[in-house]
Amino acid sequence: MSGQDSSPLLETKGLTKVFPSTVALSDVDFTLYAGEVHVLVGENGAGKSTLIKLITGVYPKDGGTILLEGKEINPRSPRHAQELGISTVYQEINLIPTMSVAENIFLGRQPMRFGMINMAAINRQAKQLLKDFGLDIDVTRNLSVYSVAIQQIIAIIRGVELSAKVLILDEPTSSLDHHEVEMLFSVIRSLKQRGIGIILITHFLDQVYEIGDRITVLRNGHKVGEHRITELSKVQLITEMLGKELTDELSDQHRHGQANQVTGTPFLEVRGYARQGMIEPFDLEIRPGEIVGLAGLLGSGRTEIAHLIFGIEQNDQGDAYIKGKQVRITSPRKAIQYGFGLCPEDRKVEGIIGDLSVRENIILALQAKMGWFNYLSRQKQNMLADEMIKALSIATSSAEKPVKELSGGNQQKVILARWLVSNPDFLILDEPTRGIDVGAHAEIIQIVKRLAEEGKAMLVISSELAEIVDYSDRVIVLRDRKKVGELVGDEINEQAIMQAIAAN
Amino acid sequence: MRSRFIPLLMTFIVFLVLYAIAYSRFSSFASMRVVGNLLRDNAYWGIAAIGMTFVILSGGIDLSVGSVIAFTGVFCALMIGRNGWDPIVTFAVILTIGTLFGATMGFLIHRFKIPAFIVTLSGLFLARGMAYVLSTDSIRIDHPFYEQISSLVYIFPDRGRFTFAAAMFLLTLIAGIFLAHFTRFGRNVYAIGGNSDAALLLGVPVGRTTITIYALSSFLATFAGIVLSLSKKSGDSTIAVGLELDVIAAVVIGGTLLTGGVGYVIGTFIAVMTLGTIQTYLTLDGSLTPWWIKIVIGVLLFAFVGLQKLLSRNQGVFKLRQRGAAAPS
Amino acid sequence: MNLEGKEVYSENKRPGNFRMIGPIRGDSRALWTVVALLLILFVDRLISPNFFEIRMVNDRLIGSLINILDNSAPYALLAIGMTLVIATKGIDLSVGAVMAISAAVAVVLIRNYESGATEFFYQPGFVILITIGVGAICGLWNGILVAFMDLQPIIATLILMVAGRGVAQLITGGQSPTFTNDSLAFLGRGVVAGVPFPIFIAIAVLIVVTLLVRRTALGLLIEAVGANDRASHYAGIQSRMIKLFVYVLSGMCAAVAGMIVAGEVKSADPHTAGLFAELDAILAVVIGGTALTGGRFYLALSVVGVLIIQSLLVGLYVSTLHPTTNLVVKAFVVLAVLLLQSPEFRRFITQIFRRTA
Repeated sequence: MSGQDSSPLLETKGLTKVFPSTVALSDVDFTLYAGEVHVLVGENGAGKSTLIKLITGVYPKDGGTILLEGKEINPRSPRHAQELGISTVYQEINLIPTMSVAENIFLGRQPMRFGMINMAAINRQAKQLLKDFGLDIDVTRNLSVYSVAIQQIIAIIRGVELSAKVLILDEPTSSLDHHEVEMLFSVIRSLKQRGIGIILITHFLDQVYEIGDRITVLRNGHKVGEHRITELSKVQLITEMLGKELTDELSDQHRHGQANQVTGTPFLEVRGYARQGMIEPFDLEIRPGEIVGLAGLLGSGRTEIAHLIFGIEQNDQGDAYIKGKQVRITSPRKAIQYGFGLCPEDRKVEGIIGDLSVRENIILALQAKMGWFNYLSRQKQNMLADEMIKALSIATSSAEKPVKELSGGNQQKVILARWLVSNPDFLILDEPTRGIDVGAHAEIIQIVKRLAEEGKAMLVISSELAEIVDYSDRVIVLRDRKKVGELVGDEINEQAIMQAIAAN
Repeated sequence: MRSRFIPLLMTFIVFLVLYAIAYSRFSSFASMRVVGNLLRDNAYWGIAAIGMTFVILSGGIDLSVGSVIAFTGVFCALMIGRNGWDPIVTFAVILTIGTLFGATMGFLIHRFKIPAFIVTLSGLFLARGMAYVLSTDSIRIDHPFYEQISSLVYIFPDRGRFTFAAAMFLLTLIAGIFLAHFTRFGRNVYAIGGNSDAALLLGVPVGRTTITIYALSSFLATFAGIVLSLSKKSGDSTIAVGLELDVIAAVVIGGTLLTGGVGYVIGTFIAVMTLGTIQTYLTLDGSLTPWWIKIVIGVLLFAFVGLQKLLSRNQGVFKLRQRGAAAPS
Repeated sequence: MNLEGKEVYSENKRPGNFRMIGPIRGDSRALWTVVALLLILFVDRLISPNFFEIRMVNDRLIGSLINILDNSAPYALLAIGMTLVIATKGIDLSVGAVMAISAAVAVVLIRNYESGATEFFYQPGFVILITIGVGAICGLWNGILVAFMDLQPIIATLILMVAGRGVAQLITGGQSPTFTNDSLAFLGRGVVAGVPFPIFIAIAVLIVVTLLVRRTALGLLIEAVGANDRASHYAGIQSRMIKLFVYVLSGMCAAVAGMIVAGEVKSADPHTAGLFAELDAILAVVIGGTALTGGRFYLALSVVGVLIIQSLLVGLYVSTLHPTTNLVVKAFVVLAVLLLQSPEFRRFITQIFRRTA
């Protein structure tokens, strides 16, 4: 169901957004017709949210045009976009948790009577409105007592009630259970029938096929494909999202040959490790000098595994062993004492300490390990920092520069350097190459390989399958927060990984 | 039981228990004499506390109220007592000054993103400083209007007195409840306190509302200063030092969440009466020393803050249900 | 493979980054703060020609500059503790109340000594140690609420701010007890080589704390926790212990400040000791350039901030201006500092400049 013969409801032509360190969106054409669900897919950093933010006026665009019903628009803010008829429901629900459901729906446009807010009318109308969408709940209760799914639907209804023509749903389903997703989809279907154009961002492929009419795949800021859902197989879709792209950049020296040499006692071994709601029980073993890749789509449980192993979250099942000895990893500090290091996915929030200098960021973990009173001399600090800046070719004018002023790739190297100076036995790298320009990308991959050669155990999470295939000795495939496969040595190729992800 | 009522209920229970204890010791607590005095004695800071409720509901704080009360008192005393201004004109002028003062603080907080704590701290210095500049002496006010106001009193059969100040307190309470629950402004205050980013996206005029909130708080603090001036018939630049702490404590003990978004004006009223009851009890008792009131306020403050923490942590009542504990990978 | 030269730095491209009065860092920040102090002293000199005059009277130096230093001492102590607290993104509203408590404890104990109690802990030296311990306990309470109960620092320390004066009154029995013991009084009114003793205390504490945080890893770890708590946790820093530490230190500094004030007047007044001191301390820290949002801190500059406030006050005192204008002037100084530190305000000013240019 889509009116492709008619003129598009929303259209972007050559949309471009440049950030100081990267091109976030490059020359993207996108069309949305009335009454269709157009799914937008891509890994983090592919440009999905940038596209949405340009359409809704969060960022000003650097190039291209946006047309709504054939007329050019220049939204200045989300509010302005809403006035134009583009409503967005974000992943983080933007409602007021401390107010009632009815009040949330009518905030700012409450019906008045005798100069007073007519609470009875608000409650009555809200109840009726939700009933129209098949939701019969007590609208006088606080929003926060309801499940995320219901909150999502309430946010959608509020958006649509503001006479929306276009509804953007940003990852609405990522924390919903099966039943809740069904409920949400039935609301989406009824909105389709009303002729509303819906842009849906999701990383659940099954859902793409269940609800979508057309699909656009973004990758590294470019549009790599636009298809009718019915004409695209799952494996094709995954190929577009994760498949080979960087081939030229990667060396031909695959490590598979060496895989067999990596034997002996694992440095780390976990058995039946799990945490309710995060990841189902999984086994994992990593030997010194071995690179284990974690492959899977966004939301498949990759980061959750990293967090559990590093002690950021506690496991509620299973055991961990280091060199055969059972241990309990209760905090990052504990993990670091066992010789772990983590380069987290969200560099800015979890990795760098932006205000501190490159030098301070580099010595931080080592210093924390050494204790409060065993301070590294300034001389030693300078030495370590200079050594690392050189070894990892960190591009900075000085070791004293605040690390927030470095580009993404160099920030990533600084975090790597932070662990390297503390000489860990085991490194977890969560998307080490995301949002990094091509040159730095290849450098970081070189560093990963070099570290393994030096005998470190490595666990690397990446959305770039080519990359994983290139350096991994073993690949663990995840889907829906579950380990669904493990590939070793010659079994490792993109096709096999994609099949494991796509399999049902 | 709706969880948002739990802190309010606790406030009410604490009040009832303390009042019952007081009554068991001094049966006069059942008389209109004590009730009338409670309302009269706590009227001025109770009015300020109602203004503070809006500030805290929005997630802010206003440290300037004690100073504003003192400034108002000195201004009224100087203009009416010394310069012979008409009281009504004086009140109109000072209310305008007070409101503009608050609006300016609100503007600085909103427009330049300076923490409310610091902006209102300089407001505290400024208002107290201006009070000193006007006069460092206590100035008496002798004016027929003041006498008239004092004679406006309803006397209960047991000779309890329902005074003008008490009436103003209750009037402010009713107006505050109306404003908080039955106007768009009031609901916008709750929305900003609940989640200010979301409120902005939902179309709440955050800037205008913030400015109005601080203007309202200063307006009511000024009004409180007038009420105090009327009952004391004098102005003194050293009164109400540190009063903002009691006011903030009363709002928190009244069940308003210090992080904003949850709370009731009536709760603040009950908390003011609770603290007033303790004060009266200590005064009547005589053997118990007056510093206990500060310690009791501290303990109550700790208990209520702890309760709020527990509620928000264990039930997730006040927080938006967050998606899974970890960020999606 | 080497990317040098290819990298694009985001620094200069950020819109609205006003270079003239933009982020002032390190040395230039120190320079400006000291220049501000000198400027105020210069104005003071204009107002009062003998402002810089220092005379020796009865083996004691007398003069406005000495007064500024003497008056600054207790506030400098508070500001030192407050700087570290603010660096962790916290705030300690209770320091004034802790001063009152400590003054009360010290005076009540010393009165026992004066009335002939012989137990060792009534000895003046022990009294001082016990009082510092009491300050540490107050800080520990704040620290536990902030670090382990996760209460907002403003609220957590408000509790002790409200209750603290009650506790102080409880200790003194509602009185303002006086004492005569010279050892305790020396803290507030002693003179060494003509210079008031509190000045030595403040300088000594500044040096000790600076060494403590800059010669150990503490300073770095405090800045890391304040600038990014989450990333610090991931890097293995015990951020809770760091927070606990800064509140305890702040409590100890307040205790010493409380004893100085008690020593000056040879009594402990639970109502007025340290009243509004927390506000002056916070103000000094902010003037000194440590941001309320945590991270980088500047201990010595916080002390310069205290000197700025006191120079202002002493200047007003010797001027023909009525002394009642103190608070008004202070209010406008606070406001000016705050506005200059607000990026939004700088952007606002830039826009005005651009429009008129």
